[in-house]
This record gives sequence, structure tokens and C-alpha cells, in this order.
Amino acid sequence: MLYRETSQFKTTYAEDMAIFPIRQDRIALGVLLGIAFIGLPLLATFHIWPFGGDYLLWAILLPFLILALAAIGTNILVGYCGQISLGSGAFMAIGAYSAYKLATGVHIPLAWLGFAISIPPLPILASILLGGLAAAGVGILFGIPSLRIKGLYLAVATLAAQFFFDWVFLRVPWFTNYAPSGSVNAPELNFFGVVVQTPIERYLLCLTFVTVTAILAKNLVRGNLGRQWMAIRDMDIAAELIGIRPLYAKLTAFAVSSFIVGVAGALWAFVYLGSWEPLAFSLDRSLDLLFMVIIGGLGSIMGSFVGAAFILIVPIMLNLIPTELGVPLSTETITHLQLIIFGSLICYLLIKEPRGFARLISIGKEKLRLWPFPY
Amino acid sequence: MIALGQFLEVLIGGLMSGVLYSLVALGFVLIFKASGVFNYAQGAMVLLAGLALVRALDLLIAQGFPFWAAIVLGIGFAAAIMATTAWLIERLVIGPLVNQDALTLFMSTIGVTFVLEGAAEMIFGSDVYPLRLFPTDAWFVFEGLFPGGILINKLDVWGALIAGILVAGLALFFQHTKTGRALRAVADDHLAAHSVGIPISWIWFVVWLVAGLVALVAATVWGTKLGVQFSITFLALKALPVLIIGGLTSIPGAIAGGLIVGAGEKIAEVFLGPSIGGGIEYWFAYVLALAVLLVRPQGLFGERIIERI
Repeated sequence: MLYRETSQFKTTYAEDMAIFPIRQDRIALGVLLGIAFIGLPLLATFHIWPFGGDYLLWAILLPFLILALAAIGTNILVGYCGQISLGSGAFMAIGAYSAYKLATGVHIPLAWLGFAISIPPLPILASILLGGLAAAGVGILFGIPSLRIKGLYLAVATLAAQFFFDWVFLRVPWFTNYAPSGSVNAPELNFFGVVVQTPIERYLLCLTFVTVTAILAKNLVRGNLGRQWMAIRDMDIAAELIGIRPLYAKLTAFAVSSFIVGVAGALWAFVYLGSWEPLAFSLDRSLDLLFMVIIGGLGSIMGSFVGAAFILIVPIMLNLIPTELGVPLSTETITHLQLIIFGSLICYLLIKEPRGFARLISIGKEKLRLWPFPY
Repeated sequence: MIALGQFLEVLIGGLMSGVLYSLVALGFVLIFKASGVFNYAQGAMVLLAGLALVRALDLLIAQGFPFWAAIVLGIGFAAAIMATTAWLIERLVIGPLVNQDALTLFMSTIGVTFVLEGAAEMIFGSDVYPLRLFPTDAWFVFEGLFPGGILINKLDVWGALIAGILVAGLALFFQHTKTGRALRAVADDHLAAHSVGIPISWIWFVVWLVAGLVALVAATVWGTKLGVQFSITFLALKALPVLIIGGLTSIPGAIAGGLIVGAGEKIAEVFLGPSIGGGIEYWFAYVLALAVLLVRPQGLFGERIIERI
């Protein structure tokens, strides 16, 4: 009844190729964006339920947005181009540390040449984007093996990036500006004179990044490049035979994906964490991102959001429930129970719907179309 | 100039610890060969087997059992635990996921890892438990040849011996028993095997059981070396490059990969590490694996990957 396409005639090619061809989708998206950009900040400003304190913004919405961004990046590589990567955490770290170095000024003394490369501290937006570019560069480098290595072999090969960069950021003091503890503090978030400080401002900043990236990514994957990626994913030899260059397609996927993941890493460090250590980007982060992509749905931008929400919120819920109910369990037991339940839930979801929430959403849409008269 | 004696000592030490990596990698290979599942949970299985064994031993010895009886009963108990685990995993996770793509199966074994880690620590406790099954002191050999001789850890020798016996046993099992032949048939093509009447789910149970027992053996050696504790699960991450270098489908490959990784890692750490900051053991094996894969995408001993349209 509500979700019908009847009488929505398309009279031009442009309408036919629109990003959201169904009117109801456009309305739903508009409402969602309205709530996210105007509604939530208003509620939070006036402390209306559920925004009693800043907990919801700090602990759930901020990390959700940033991880969703990283999940979109990972999804481009794993979901659209079919290259399994266990190194996303490393690319987040590269984005974070490059942005940090650029924002605090780069100084490379080349003593044997008699001069030094010095770059003055860059504005914060430029640092974040250049941090993403640095991640993209390293992504291309680690993407080169994908031309020869496939599937799970590639997954293990990308672990090389993960472990190597964990080590680099831990052991090379240059990256942390010789901080004795190895922990790094984010510079002031000054965007063209506007200082981002309160949780609401931080939330709006991340939301802007995520919205822009999601729209760009959505357009990218349904264009020429995205189709090349999907052809490579479905069968790379066949794709090569019909004239798609695997080198170009795979490396662009690595570059775009690493760029988005790198920007997400920089945001995670600057906006969410504030001060961080290399441990913030460990293998666990990579696995989490992969889970988000698979549970959300491979090859779906929408799915990345749902997956990120699921992987982020379930552990928080599992943590809260025993304390809320007042069950007398030691923290250790709760941690173990949490692991068991989280693991079983993942297995259950994979068995019930191997193609993730995105598939459930599309089934739901199909059902909604026929409702209330299922054939 | 590096002394030959020191080099040999590092080399032998590296080879020996490489064999211990192989012990973990073997479990991976068995499961991947038979079911195409890349089993991330192998490290957690080592932890579970080790915890079950060491807790049973402590309890039995506290009850006044003689040492040998406690060991037999403890190993029996741990084996029973691994059998139950294998049955549950096959029944609840791998069976329902049959014919899904490799990535989904891989992720599901990460889910299994979480469950096993949580369950093992909840049931058996989460401290460090020392396990003393093998001697841990060292021998000095060739004292006449080199100044100071070469130090060899007895535990490493035991580990190598056990790995040798294990591989020989597995080879006999695969080649000369009915179940072993069925296993190879399933590994080759599970649809064809199914159609000639081989019970697939039983075979997969057997494979997970064998992998669980291999994990138990690995747990005895690693538990003696490090004590049974949570960090033993990180062995899985140590075993991955071993596996990739040797090839995912080859049992001799797992051994050879272990030797290469063990020796390469120790030599790099001792002779290269000081000049670039130390701790390179952490990633060296992975970069080595990457280099090997660039030359041979299927690993050194893996089956050649043939792609058709």
C-alpha cells in the first residue's frame, strides 16, 4: 500500500538512472537525514530523552558513524571487489598517524644530504584528507600482491600489513613525535576558524563526512568503476577476457577503500579517541570491520551501516544487561559470557542469513511491495 | 664476523621452534583439506585442550592418583572434551553452512573462536597454569667444536620428536585405514564422495576430532613451554604464515613451512633485529609469507590452482 511504484513513470533517462528511483525511498532517506542532521542535535541540545547526558552521543553515535565509514571502505574492497582484507585496522592507523604528523608539522632531517624536509602544520581538514591519501598509497602498495594471490591466501597476506604497521607505529618514535609513552594527543579540531569541541559538534562533523562519503561511494559502485570491481569479484578471469584490466580495477579498489578507511582512522583518532596508542588499531579492529561488512551484507552501502550498528551495539548491550538486571555475576564471568553470546550470535546470523542484513532488507522491501495482498 | 657456533645455535633453535609452529599449523591443514574451512579457531582449540588437560591433571594429582595414572586419565578427559567440541562444531556450525563461500565459513570459525575462548576460560579458569610433562632444561652439544658449545633445549627436541611421530601417524592413518581413505575422498570432492555413500557429516566430525587431538598434542608441548594461558591462542596467528608458506593443503608443507618460518624468524631477529629496532619476530613471518606467495601463489607445497571459466 505504502511502498508501491505504481504511477511513478519515468520519462527521461536521467530519471531512470537516478540513485534512488523509487519516490518512497527518497522520502525515507530525506526523513532519515533530517532526523540525523537536525532532529538528534536539537534533542541533544535540550537534553530531551534519550539524551540525558552525552552518553548516547559519545559512546554510541560517534563510534557508530566512524565505524560505518570504515565499514563502507572495507565493503568496497571485500564486498564489491572480492579481495578479502584483514588489514583494515592497519589502514585506519596509517590514516590516523599520517594525519597526526601532517597536522603537527613534518620534519624529516636528511643529514647525509645536508638539508631537511620540513612541512609546516597543515589545516586539520587537509591533514585528514591527506592522511586518507597516504593510506591509499600504502593500500595500492599492499594491493599489488592481489594480482597474483587470491582468496584466503590474500587474506593472510594482508595480515602482513596489519602486523608490520602495528610494529612500525609502536617502535618508530618519529611517528609519535617522540612521545615517551607512545601515546599521542590529537591537535585542536579547528575547521577554518570553527573549533569542534562539544559532542554535538563532533557528531555533526562525522555525520557530514559519512554522508558525503556514502553518497560518493554509492555513485561510484553503480558507475563504470563499480561494475568493473563487481566483474572482477564474480570471476576475475572472465572479467579479464571481456576487457577489464585487473591491475587497474583491483588497485583502484584498494586505493578507494584504503582512502575511506584512512579517513575513518583519522576521524577515529582525532574526533573520537582524542589521545590514542597503536593498540587502538589492532587486528581485532580489522576483524570487527570484516564482521560488520559480512553481517551487514557484502556489496551493500546500506548494509555497512547496519553491520556497524550491530557489531558496535551488541557488545555494549551484553555489557549493560547483567548490570541493569542486577544479576550477581563477577566481571570476569560477564566478559566470558559476552564472548560466548557474541560468538554464537555471529554463527547464528551467518547460518540463518549468509548474505547479511542487506538481504533481509531487500526481502522486507519485496514483502512490503505486495502487502497487504501477498500472492 | 658472526661466529659459526652462534649461527648454528640460532639456526637449530629456530628450526626446533619452527617444528612447534608446525604442530599448530597441522590442525589447520587437516581441516582445510577435508572441508575447505579455514579454521581460525585452531588456536582456541589448543587453549581449550590445554586447559582441560592441566586442570584435570591438577585435580587428579590432588586426589592422590599416581602421576602416570593422572596423565592417562587427564589426556583421556581432554580428548573427550575435544571430541565433544568437534561434534558440536560439526553439528551446529559447519554442517548448516555447507556450500557457503570460503569467507563466510572463515568468519563463522572466528565466531566459534569467541565461543571456545569464553567457554574454556569460564569452565576451566583464566589464570596461567604450569604444565610439566617434558623436561625443560637444556643440553650443550659439540662443546669440543665450538667455544661454549651449542645450547639445545630438551623441550624443543621432544617437540620435534612428537611432531615427527604425529606426521608419520597421520600419514599411516590417511593412507592405510578405511576412514583415512574416505577422508581423502571427501577432501578431493565432497559431492562425489557423498554420492558413493561416504557419510560426509561423520567424516567432517572425524576431521575436526583429529584436528582437536592435534591441538591437544600441541597444547602439551606449548603448555610446557609457556604455561597454559590465554596468550596460547595467539599461536593461531603464528601458524598462519607457516601454513601459507607450506601451502594450505599439504601436511609436509606445514612442517617445511614451520622450519622455514622458525629458522628465518630467529636468524632475522638475532642478526637483523638490533639494527632496525628489535621485535621484528612480530611481523617477519608474514612478510616472508608474502614474498613466498609472490613467487608461488599456492605456497611451496600447495596444489596448483587451476582456474577455468
